[in-house]
Amino acid sequence: MNSALTKYKFAGFGGQGVLFIGKVMAQAGMLSKQQVTWFPAYGPEMRGGTANCSVVISTKRIGSPTVGKPDIAIVMNEASYHKFVDSVVPGGTLYVNSSMVPELRSREDIRFVRVPVNEIAHEIGEAKVANIVMLGAMQAITPSVADDMLEKALMELAGKKPELAELNARALNAGKEFAKNL
Amino acid sequence: MALLMKGNEAIAEAAIQAGCRLFYGYPITPSTEIPEYMAKKMKAVGGTYLQAESEVAAIYMVYGAGAVGERVMTGTSSPGFSLMQEGLSFLFAAEIPCVIIDVMRGGPGLGGLGPTQADYFQLTKGGGHGDYHAIVLAPSSVQEMVDLTKEAFDLADYYRNLVIIAVDGILGQMMEPVEFPPYEGRKLEPKTWAASGAEGRSKNNVISYYLTPEIGEKENSRWGAKMLRIKESEQRFVEYRMDDAEYAFVAFGTCARITETVVDMLREEGINVGLYRPITLWPFPEKGLSARINQIKGWMSIELSAGQMVDDVKLVVNGKAPVGFYGRQGGMTPEPEEVVAAFKAQLLGGVQG
Repeated sequence: MNSALTKYKFAGFGGQGVLFIGKVMAQAGMLSKQQVTWFPAYGPEMRGGTANCSVVISTKRIGSPTVGKPDIAIVMNEASYHKFVDSVVPGGTLYVNSSMVPELRSREDIRFVRVPVNEIAHEIGEAKVANIVMLGAMQAITPSVADDMLEKALMELAGKKPELAELNARALNAGKEFAKNL
Repeated sequence: MALLMKGNEAIAEAAIQAGCRLFYGYPITPSTEIPEYMAKKMKAVGGTYLQAESEVAAIYMVYGAGAVGERVMTGTSSPGFSLMQEGLSFLFAAEIPCVIIDVMRGGPGLGGLGPTQADYFQLTKGGGHGDYHAIVLAPSSVQEMVDLTKEAFDLADYYRNLVIIAVDGILGQMMEPVEFPPYEGRKLEPKTWAASGAEGRSKNNVISYYLTPEIGEKENSRWGAKMLRIKESEQRFVEYRMDDAEYAFVAFGTCARITETVVDMLREEGINVGLYRPITLWPFPEKGLSARINQIKGWMSIELSAGQMVDDVKLVVNGKAPVGFYGRQGGMTPEPEEVVAAFKAQLLGGVQG
């Protein structure tokens, strides 16, 4: 992606790891010598079990770290879909966890990428890595950082335990493979 | 190597690196990561984290620790900061160095948890009773939160004065890359005034009251002279694209970040604007602003409040140019496009082009 500034929104249930994959993106941006910010929804926005964070990756200084209109959004559950589907900028991309979000009202002016991340994670043998699968799908279609930077960031933040690192690498690749075949 | 860190955590880490070994506080969103981090880390560095029963108790624990000469800090958010005001007035009068973090949230009242800058008056005009000022520092990035926190302890010790770091909820909660370079501090005198045990010397009192008005006035004059010294020496600001600017925004903290984007947008339209960003809210950096008075055709203060700092801008501009204002309240932040539109309406007399 050539754009100097990419704004992300990562949203889902608490526990789906959306804050974490936001951090991985920010870390990967930082490792790539870009400017980055990560900003979580906090306070009452968190009530009701939903979580989201905003990430900005830029070649220039970043103004506000809040993201009202993301270029790229990941929604891991239906509530997040409804909350953010209209916020994505025209021409942007919305990644939808199709394991949890049925086919819903669509938009013509953005790209929808539906990924059954729960099923893919289940096949890998660990439901918890569904978020990493989605990160992989996003990396395959709309990368803001090089693959090795994303892998390094994931390694740094997820811990270096060999079995965990291997699991995450598999999840990331599974997401990429799925997206490449779309 | 840079680390990705939350603003609140970065402040706490910087305080520990600056030698702060005592932290007293009462958790309150959006500042809670400060006590949380201190609770996690203080023991390992031989310090003490203590959760007080209230902010009123916390600020007097700060009083006690500061009075014996220790580097001490508390962190809170607006309603908690209000509870501390009496203590701040006492701390000022006893000339006890300490650092206080106010991660501002919505008000008045219990307010919301979203970011605001509406404590500006309380921070810069006193807050507690009596003639006093805290030095108030306003970072606008997580790195600056680190750098200013370290410096805050030096300023507090150097002037024997309160130093408050004013941040909004966004800065407290956001993560950015930060580095912790070695810090070359100020040369500081030993704290011979501290009530740190009087064995072998005459005793020190670190108190805030006097019983005769004559002494009272003398003390007030001495403090007044100190505040003048601070005003003379510690004004800080940063300018962004001001050199050829015809119009200028004034904004601090998160608003300054948003306004940088606004400046770039207007510049792309060919309008020569700049940003004057105060780093010290008190003393308000009037010298730097004064130096631009003849150059700037119109000023505009951008704040997360109903308009508070704009009064200080007007005092300096003193009628020589119009001073506009745009703000959002209640935990909302402006989109750059809104600020652009407000600027055109207020200072260019309607939408241009």
